[in-house]
Amino acid sequence: MPQIEQLATTYSSQVFWLLVFFGIVFFVIGRGMLPKVVSTMDGRDKQIADDLAAAEAARAAADAEEEAWRVQANQQRAAAQAVIAAAKADAAKATEASLAVAAARIDETVTAAEARIAAARAAALGEVEGVAAEAAQDIASRIAGLSIPADEARAAVKGVLANG
Amino acid sequence: MRVAEGKVDPVHQFTIETLFGTDHWSIGGYNIAFTNSSLWMAITTVVLLVFVAGGAKRELVPGRWQMAVEGLTGFVDNLLQANIGKAGRKYLPYVFSLFGFILFANMLGLLPLALVGVHPFTATSHFTVTGVLAVMSFAIVLGVGFAKHGLHFFSLFVPHGTPVPMIPIIFPIELISFMVRPFSLGLRLFVAMMAGHVLLEVLSGFVISGTNAGVGTFFLAAVPSFVLMIGICALELLVAGIQAYVFALLTCVYLNDAENLH
Repeated sequence: MPQIEQLATTYSSQVFWLLVFFGIVFFVIGRGMLPKVVSTMDGRDKQIADDLAAAEAARAAADAEEEAWRVQANQQRAAAQAVIAAAKADAAKATEASLAVAAARIDETVTAAEARIAAARAAALGEVEGVAAEAAQDIASRIAGLSIPADEARAAVKGVLANG
Repeated sequence: MRVAEGKVDPVHQFTIETLFGTDHWSIGGYNIAFTNSSLWMAITTVVLLVFVAGGAKRELVPGRWQMAVEGLTGFVDNLLQANIGKAGRKYLPYVFSLFGFILFANMLGLLPLALVGVHPFTATSHFTVTGVLAVMSFAIVLGVGFAKHGLHFFSLFVPHGTPVPMIPIIFPIELISFMVRPFSLGLRLFVAMMAGHVLLEVLSGFVISGTNAGVGTFFLAAVPSFVLMIGICALELLVAGIQAYVFALLTCVYLNDAENLH
């Protein structure tokens, strides 16, 4: 086994060169480069943690904003509903009033028209009586040669019309 | 791999060879020749350096490479957090260096570079290397423990709720188990690495000998060995990762003892 056979002749060289090269590794890499690597890693970890915290805070803020918006939206919706209801009630009232006015006017017109119709009918009836009396006078004079006074003819026509 | 008398020597791969004629290099009488082991430690260092440097781009949105480096860093960081807690952050440079160095050394030692004529060398298959790493971890544990808790650190050897009459028995047992830590730490890695490499070498020896011996042995020994080798290679990759993880994990556990006494 060369490790033992060569021990006496090589141990000092082995120890010396190991110390030299391990020393280089320790001081150049371990002390020189490693702190940079570690600080980079720590910086990154910190940045990630900070970013996560910021994102969390932003999310909370967004949630709060949304909640506030929802509350406001609900309030506005309620207000809008109230306005609509009031408008509906007003409109109904106005419609009722104008309907009442229109109905009154229509009633008035109808009443007047009915009166006019009744008057026209009475006048027309009077005229029919007159025409019938004259016709009766004329028929009596032509057929019987009788001269009947107008009053008598009218009374006779009236009696017939009333009975007819 | 040396084929002597038609046989493969499975431990030849661990032989340390001096490179570039540096045999005579020494400090205070101690030889510090630049060997193949040193070379692969250097390669490990450079690869790890390139890997981490490529990922240290500090971009907010990481690319694949940066992701890989940050994944490895985060893995070690989590290991420390889980075992030690918040105070574990300050050990990250050391434990990351340990984990990265062992992992890359293990992985590089498994590269099939023999296909292009280069022989990879696994530095972590030598207890002279793993031992130093283990002693280093142990020394840091001792240093932190005594610096933080002073002599009170010895209470580590008396677990909570130990009845007073039991203390004279428990204390030596705990002390021995504590003192054994650097050996178990270093030997575990060394043995795991060496065993895997020897096994691969032995199996490849079967493949070579079986193929050379004729058609019968080719189908009887060489082919099954080759199939087994493929599986063992995958297993070795797993072991390379797991041993690096175990080394780093145990270092964390021991550091936790020192940091949060009981």
